[in-house]
Order: sequence, then structure tokens, then C-alpha cells
Amino acid sequence: MTGMSGTGDIAFAPMPGLPFAEPSSNGDRDHATTVTAATVGKSRLRPSDAVRVGSVGLRTRPLRTLLTALGIAIGIAAMIAVVGISASSRADLLAQIDDLGTGLLRAAPGQSMFGDQSTLPEIARATASRIGPVTDAAGLTYATATVRRTDYIDDGETGGIAVVAADPNLLAATRTNLASGRYLDESSPDVPNVVLGFDAARRLGIKSTDTHPRVWIADSEGLGQWFDVIGILEESPLAPELDSAAIMGYGVADALYETTTSPSTLFVRAEPSQIEAVRNVLARSVYPEAPNEVDVSRPSDALEARAKTDAALRNLLLGLGAVALLVGGVGITNVMVISVLERRGEIGVRRALGAGRRHILTQFLAEAGLLSFLGGTAGCALGAGVTAIYAHQRGWVLDVPIAALAGGAGVALAVGLLAGVSPAIRAARLDPAEAIRPA
Amino acid sequence: MTAVLELHGVVKEYPGSPPIRALAGVDLTVDSGEFVVVVGPSGSGKSTLMNIVGALQRPSEGTVRIDGVSTSSLRDGRLSAVRGRRIGFVFQQFHLIEGMTALENVSDGLLYAGVKRRQRAERAKEALKMVGLGDRMTHRPGALSGGERQRVAIARALIADPAIVLADEPTGNLDSANGAAIMALLHDLNQAGRTVVLITHDRDIAASAPRQVAMRDGLIVDDSKSIAA
Repeated sequence: MTGMSGTGDIAFAPMPGLPFAEPSSNGDRDHATTVTAATVGKSRLRPSDAVRVGSVGLRTRPLRTLLTALGIAIGIAAMIAVVGISASSRADLLAQIDDLGTGLLRAAPGQSMFGDQSTLPEIARATASRIGPVTDAAGLTYATATVRRTDYIDDGETGGIAVVAADPNLLAATRTNLASGRYLDESSPDVPNVVLGFDAARRLGIKSTDTHPRVWIADSEGLGQWFDVIGILEESPLAPELDSAAIMGYGVADALYETTTSPSTLFVRAEPSQIEAVRNVLARSVYPEAPNEVDVSRPSDALEARAKTDAALRNLLLGLGAVALLVGGVGITNVMVISVLERRGEIGVRRALGAGRRHILTQFLAEAGLLSFLGGTAGCALGAGVTAIYAHQRGWVLDVPIAALAGGAGVALAVGLLAGVSPAIRAARLDPAEAIRPA
Repeated sequence: MTAVLELHGVVKEYPGSPPIRALAGVDLTVDSGEFVVVVGPSGSGKSTLMNIVGALQRPSEGTVRIDGVSTSSLRDGRLSAVRGRRIGFVFQQFHLIEGMTALENVSDGLLYAGVKRRQRAERAKEALKMVGLGDRMTHRPGALSGGERQRVAIARALIADPAIVLADEPTGNLDSANGAAIMALLHDLNQAGRTVVLITHDRDIAASAPRQVAMRDGLIVDDSKSIAA
């Protein structure tokens, strides 16, 4: 039998046949008297064992574990959902911007130096389309008319729908899609056809052109006539004014409502790379006499700004999530303090089994860390789930950044470890002799 | 025979005003293979003696050598190692850890020695079989009787092959039948060569031991070995 308790410091050689039938130290007693402190060795706890020991307390009280982890889970879920939803929303906006292109400019009459409402020249559409890089220039002019489902409806009930005259290339310029039917074309400029914007169609209760619906359009004197609805548009993110418009050709509008060809809004599409150049000359081209009375804007800027303003709201919500996480962390500290008080006996016996202060510290830190990590992981899943549901409802692409998930779990772990420090130190400082005796 | 435990002039004072002198100069030598019962009324200092012998505390004065290692100057890390490897504790309250099976409880006797988990489990199985609990390995403490729990605790005390088994009122929470069985087990261990130090206030238990050490007021007032010698 080789020296075990006598000389061995960390030597746990094979057990003597029976674990305790024969103490292993008999043969080496003489040697034992020379043993010094240095050969005693130190206690050690394997990392895998530390995790296992840390999980014992959690397994013993599953309900408490669940409720405590829930605090962290809610905080992390809130943060992940905020990041996920805002990322998905942004991904959607960026996809929209990609889709719609950034090559659209919008010119509208502004105000003169004296504050009067200005009007663009009637030839503005033509001059704009003559600018080199411009591929499409489409005008839109408001007509003094009202649109209703039938002539029995009071002419005050316009539903906020504007009657406008527009060019045939309006859809191409604004990249607005048709939901149903077809758009106006140049073959029949004088036929009373109308195309409804997305909201306008909804307000008039028209879902499709398949049933050949008609609407009643009347001039300011109340004289009206039926128009065939030949098309319904989808939402137009770059030209939202189209959504609540009933659109007809300039020819019909001129004949029935004496609408001029001076555009209320002029949409100009060019190559995105040329857009700044076009922007610089647009006002001067369409209104050489008073270029300062033309307001030129780039509708895609608004979408890009929206993608950015979301960040401010997101940070606010992230802050709220962080507060929830902090509360969860305080909850963990609380529960750990109770746990340490309840488990004095266990701490005492572990000290008697050879655990040093640092092993007790490790155990309770591991417990707090595990608890929080558990909550964090659940929170990540929950937050991603909420994002998925929300994105699905909105028809967005799901985008939960992996970095956010990893960060969430990591932050949870950090919060748990931090929350566990003070109770773990308390546990480690317990005097083993006192801990082992019933108070 | 060689000494596994040597106490010379051990004094233990607890701070206070006036300071409490729990041990007032104790000399005690226990040889390998002895069965010693320390007996005394409460307040006699026997619990403090157990803390000192078990390396749970260091003495205020005097020297303590456990299995040849002087504990007076050891820092926490090494002192803990002395406890874990040289002393096998058995407590009145059993002190098994709830939520862990009998096997896991016994395995934890080697946890802080850095022994691998599988090895710990193998040795714990053997130890449990030795104390007659081979069929209770997966039971949790709550599902065991008091006698069975104390057997689990003894198995845990033995798994690290300690130089001294230190039992503090091991039968205090047991009925007389179970208490007698535990005492028989401890005697069997001693017969097999194990050194046992048992602390009790029960004179009947003390009477069954080969060597009795009586304590009062922090001093050893009677030692059957020295009388015999």
C-alpha cells in the first residue's frame, strides 16, 4: 500500500480494496511525522464540478428558481424584442428604399416672397422631362371636384379623397404598383375613367375592379357624372398623396373641371447617381422666373429618416428593458441572500468536506450565474418569439441580430454574477464551526 | 503505534468581555487505531475540542498536529484540505445535502480533492455498499430513515480515507435501536483499524469505548488511558 493520507498531498491512488475496512496509513506512520504543511496540498474544485455544485440549489427549489429566472427573462426578452423589432422594421424600410429607389425628386410650388401661394408654370412637366438624366417627369394637379360612391350621398361627404389629374407615367415615376385593374393610358384621354389610391378605394368600399364599380364625381356646382373605376393602387410610400386620391387624365379633368396643367406636385425620376445634379437644376428648369418659389425634396429621405428616428425610440425602450433587468438582478441578490441563510448547514458541511472559502464563493457565484443565464436564455427565446410574431403580423422580414442574442445571454450572465457577489462573499465568510452547528 | 492526533497545551479563547476561555490548556494524544470517546456536560469545551481536532478552528495557543500536520499556521486553503482529507466528519444532524441522492452526497466527500466525477461515483458506490445501503443509492435524504441517513453520512466520512473519523454525537438524533446499530458500525470500523474520536455527553455511550476522556470547564479531568498506564 502506498502512502496515502500519510504522504500523499493530492494523491488519490486506487482505493485500498475496501474503502474503509483497512485504513491506508498504518504502514507509513513514521513517515507521517515528517509531513509538513507544504505537502498537505490545497483543496481544489474542478470547473465542471463547480457548475454542477452550483446547480444543486437550483434543482432543489425549482419554483423559486423559475420565478427568480423569470425576472431576468422578462428583462432580456424586452431588450431582445426591442432590438429585434427595430432591426426587422429597419430591414423592412431599407428593403423598401431599395425597392423604391432613391432616384425620385418631388417639386411643388412653394410661397412667393410675399407669402402668396405660388403656382408652377404649365410647361413645368415638359421642361423637367428635358433635363438630361431625367427618365420620367409626371405631374399631378388637384381638381375642384368631389368623389362619392353614388350621387345620393351628400356632396360634403368627400371622405378626404382628393380628385386629381395626373400623367400616364405617374406610376412609373413614383414606383407605385397596381393592386387591381389597369392605369390610365394615353389612348383614351377623354373617357371618364378613374384610378383610386389605396386609401381612397378602401374609403369608398371598392376592393376590386372585377365588378366594374363606378363612382360619382361632381364639380363645385354639384354637376356630376359616373366614372368607371379601372384601377386600384397599392400603397405608395414615396408619394403618400396618391393613397387618398382619385386619379383621372388631364384631358378629362380639363374638359369637365377646367383643371389647368400647372402641376400641384411634380415627380421627377432620374438615375440615383445623377440625383444631386438634377436636384441642383430642377427649380431653375421648371420655374426660371422664380426658382426660389419651388420646394424640391427627395421622398426617400423621409424613409431613411424614419429608419434613423426609430433608433431614438429603440434606445428608450432598451433603457426600460435594462431597468427590468436591474430589477431582476436585485431579485437574484435577494434570493441568494435567503439561500445562503437557509443553507448554513450545507456550507458548513462542505467546509468540513474540504471546501475552502473560495470554493464556497465559487459555488454561490455559479448558482447566481446559472440562474441568471437560464433566465437570459429563456428571455432570448421569448424575445425572438415576440419579434417573429410581430414581424409576421406586419409582413416584415424577421431580423433578430445574432449579436443581440449572444449579448443578451452574456449580459444576463454578467448581471447574475454581479448579483451573486455579495451573497457569495457572505457564504464564504461563514465560520465553518458556526455554520455546522444548528443556530 | 504512532500518533495521528497530538494536542499540546491547547488554549482556545473566544473574543468578548471578558473573553471566553473554552479550552484552558488541553494535552491529548490519540494513536492510530484508537477508539476515543470525549465525554462531558454541555459547556465543558468538548464542542470546541471537536472544532480544533477537526481543523474547523485553529487554537489560540498551543500546538495541534493532525496526522503529522501542524494546523496552527495554516491558511484557509490548506486548513480546508486537512479537513477534507485527514478528517471524516459525522454529525448529530447528519448534514446530508437535500436535493442530492445518497450516492451524490457520498461522492461529495471527494469533491474538493479534485477527483473525477466517475471515480467519485465508483468509490461512493463501494462505500454505500459497505454501510449496508447498496439498495438506497438513488434515494434522497428525505426518503431515508434517520439511521440510514447517518449511515450515508458515515460512508461520506470514509470515502476520502481519513486518518481520523470524528463523530459529534452521532447517535443524538436516533432512537436507541438505530443508535446502537450506528455505534456497532463505528466499532466495526475501529476493529478494522480506523481511528475514531467520538464526542458525546452520554455516559452510557462513553462506557462502551476502550478509552474515555472526560472534560469539564475546558480541561481534561480524566483520561482512562493515563490511569491504565
